[in-house]
Amino acid sequence: MKIKNIIVTFVSAIAILFSTSVVSLAKVVGDKIILGAAISLTGKYSSNGVHTQNGYNMAVDRINSMGGVKVGGKTYMFDIIYYDDESNPKRAAQLAERLISQDGVEFMLGPYSSGLTKAIAPVTEKYGVPMVEANGASRSLFTKGYKYLFAVLAPANLYLDVAIRTAVELNGGKGVRIAQAFEQDAFSQDVRLGILDAAKETGSKIIIDDKLPKELNDMAATLAKVKATKPDVLVVSGHTKGALTAIRQIAEMKVDVPMLAMTHCDAAKLSKQHGANSQYALCASQWHKTLTYKDDFFTDGMTYDADFTKEFGYAPPYQAAESSAALLVFKDAFERAGSFDQKKVRDALAATNMQTFYGNIKFAEGGQNVDKPMVLFQVMCDDAGKCENKVVAPLKWASAELIHPIPKWSDR
Amino acid sequence: MDFLIFQVPMLTVQAVLDGLLLGILFALIAYGMALQWGVMNIINIAQGDLVILGGYIAYFMYLYGIHPAWGVIVSPIIMYFVGVIIYKLVINKVVDRDLFISILATFGISILFMQLMNFAFGADVVLANSGYGTTMLFDNSVTLPNSKIFSAFISIVFAIGLVIYMKKSKLGRAIRATAQNARAAKILGVDTEKVYAATFGINAALCGVAGALISITFTIHPYMGLPYTIRSFMIVIVAGLGNLPGVAMSGMGLGVFEEFADYILGTEFRIGSVFLLLVLILVYRRFKLSKKREYLK
Repeated sequence: MKIKNIIVTFVSAIAILFSTSVVSLAKVVGDKIILGAAISLTGKYSSNGVHTQNGYNMAVDRINSMGGVKVGGKTYMFDIIYYDDESNPKRAAQLAERLISQDGVEFMLGPYSSGLTKAIAPVTEKYGVPMVEANGASRSLFTKGYKYLFAVLAPANLYLDVAIRTAVELNGGKGVRIAQAFEQDAFSQDVRLGILDAAKETGSKIIIDDKLPKELNDMAATLAKVKATKPDVLVVSGHTKGALTAIRQIAEMKVDVPMLAMTHCDAAKLSKQHGANSQYALCASQWHKTLTYKDDFFTDGMTYDADFTKEFGYAPPYQAAESSAALLVFKDAFERAGSFDQKKVRDALAATNMQTFYGNIKFAEGGQNVDKPMVLFQVMCDDAGKCENKVVAPLKWASAELIHPIPKWSDR
Repeated sequence: MDFLIFQVPMLTVQAVLDGLLLGILFALIAYGMALQWGVMNIINIAQGDLVILGGYIAYFMYLYGIHPAWGVIVSPIIMYFVGVIIYKLVINKVVDRDLFISILATFGISILFMQLMNFAFGADVVLANSGYGTTMLFDNSVTLPNSKIFSAFISIVFAIGLVIYMKKSKLGRAIRATAQNARAAKILGVDTEKVYAATFGINAALCGVAGALISITFTIHPYMGLPYTIRSFMIVIVAGLGNLPGVAMSGMGLGVFEEFADYILGTEFRIGSVFLLLVLILVYRRFKLSKKREYLK
């Protein structure tokens, strides 16, 4: 018995030794550039995690099949090592550590959500590993002075900024009365800060400012207050749950408000779950297929939409599109750096100034993309109850005219 | 701003009605918890997850074109068997052990259920539309979704049905006898093993009903179970064990209290204020007990 124990201990000790020291893949093996990513494949973010992964994979296949990445006269192919972070920030940080120190990954792609990106960023920063992320929009990511973090998406505080400005414009430039309800999480609170800024600049007044609990499934009290105070704009942000709950209860309680602006309508598949009840809702989005940005790999939004749908069997949400864009950014930076030196790649990333099908990409000091405005679309339904999301702001890309004010429930 | 509720009197009516309708639904879940806690001395942490699973049953009926309201009949039948299976696999091994073991065991079941639901149904938030419309009162200043009224009505029907069943049926009497004294019941020929299984099954069935109602009125998501567990735990604590009318009262009371806390203190203090109330009630109970009890030293 004792001998058996000793043998077991000995064997496991050797196994541990091997796993930590020997298996150290270099960042570039042969003609492969190996990127690392911790993605939520299980747990509460798993659906968006899968969108992210599909977006990454789609771009890897496309770039590889179109000639790969040319660095120093040699052609390289992208490859990604994925780990499942179980939607858990602690796990994500451990996996980042593992990707870098055990798997030898020298370039990272971001996880899904602001919370997980926040957990990983200190690790990549510590090792000086450049990370291009596509799904962490929280403003706090860009105020910490991170040098190796680059986000292809617009920061969270800009999500609904456009909505307030549009409402003020429609009000003849005078300030509006805003009612807002935000979930108590990093992302939604950042969206809220953006609204506060916009309200201050436009002279608007916030008359209801509710903070929704994380386990929110009932907004009846907030909506009753909205009914009583009759604001000009109602803003709601609480991820998918918030969007679905708001639409359901607004319809049930017949809350009349001239403008309703939200986040996460895309992910919530609002019109699919609620049909005509979701009509007229304004939704903030990082991307929409009808935008006219172009690149050499995916051509434009419509083509991306068609190709993605063909490959994965569903239309790409913006989470997938921005993830694909992250790889285009990496490819561009590698080629401009002409080297795999992490510092050089980092500097090349910082100097990025390009257009992709997803939008223009140019990073500010903090790492956020400052060259791509958010778009607002409005859910519009025909008489048969078939609904579509149409871009209404900014005007440059508008494919339909904003319907304002929202017709009263008694007239619908 | 916080006191909007006092400026607009109709909001008070709205708050009370919303709170009552919500409270009745919570009371149904708490009712199941009180039953099995009383009979088996088990605090079921997986209570909320059973609720969510029941909700998914109604949701899938909705997906396949059946009106989700039928879920209040189908869901409890399926959930009864789920409950009995859980009992046979896990709970019967912890039923006579101390409370801590049962909490651990049901906590494990809770995590397992969450992950299984996430695996099977995905992490998307879903809901079932009943298309029931809205009842408007007082010239449209108070609105009550009919789905909430329906939920409260069904909850009351099930609660009353269960009370009658417990009083009149053979199994009901056996359950009550076991709750009073399991050993004596056993000596008198009650098959306590069967009673326990049935109790757990009935609890799961009640959760199934509540889940179906929640999918109609609110939203469901694999990870949304815990708040329901906590809420029902609180209702049972406030009401005391074996006090079924008390459960109904404390459920409704907490519902209304929560709504008012939302209006007066703000939405962010909604849940917190309920916890505060719980602490106050426990302290008060303890104070009363310490006055009554005589210590021998």
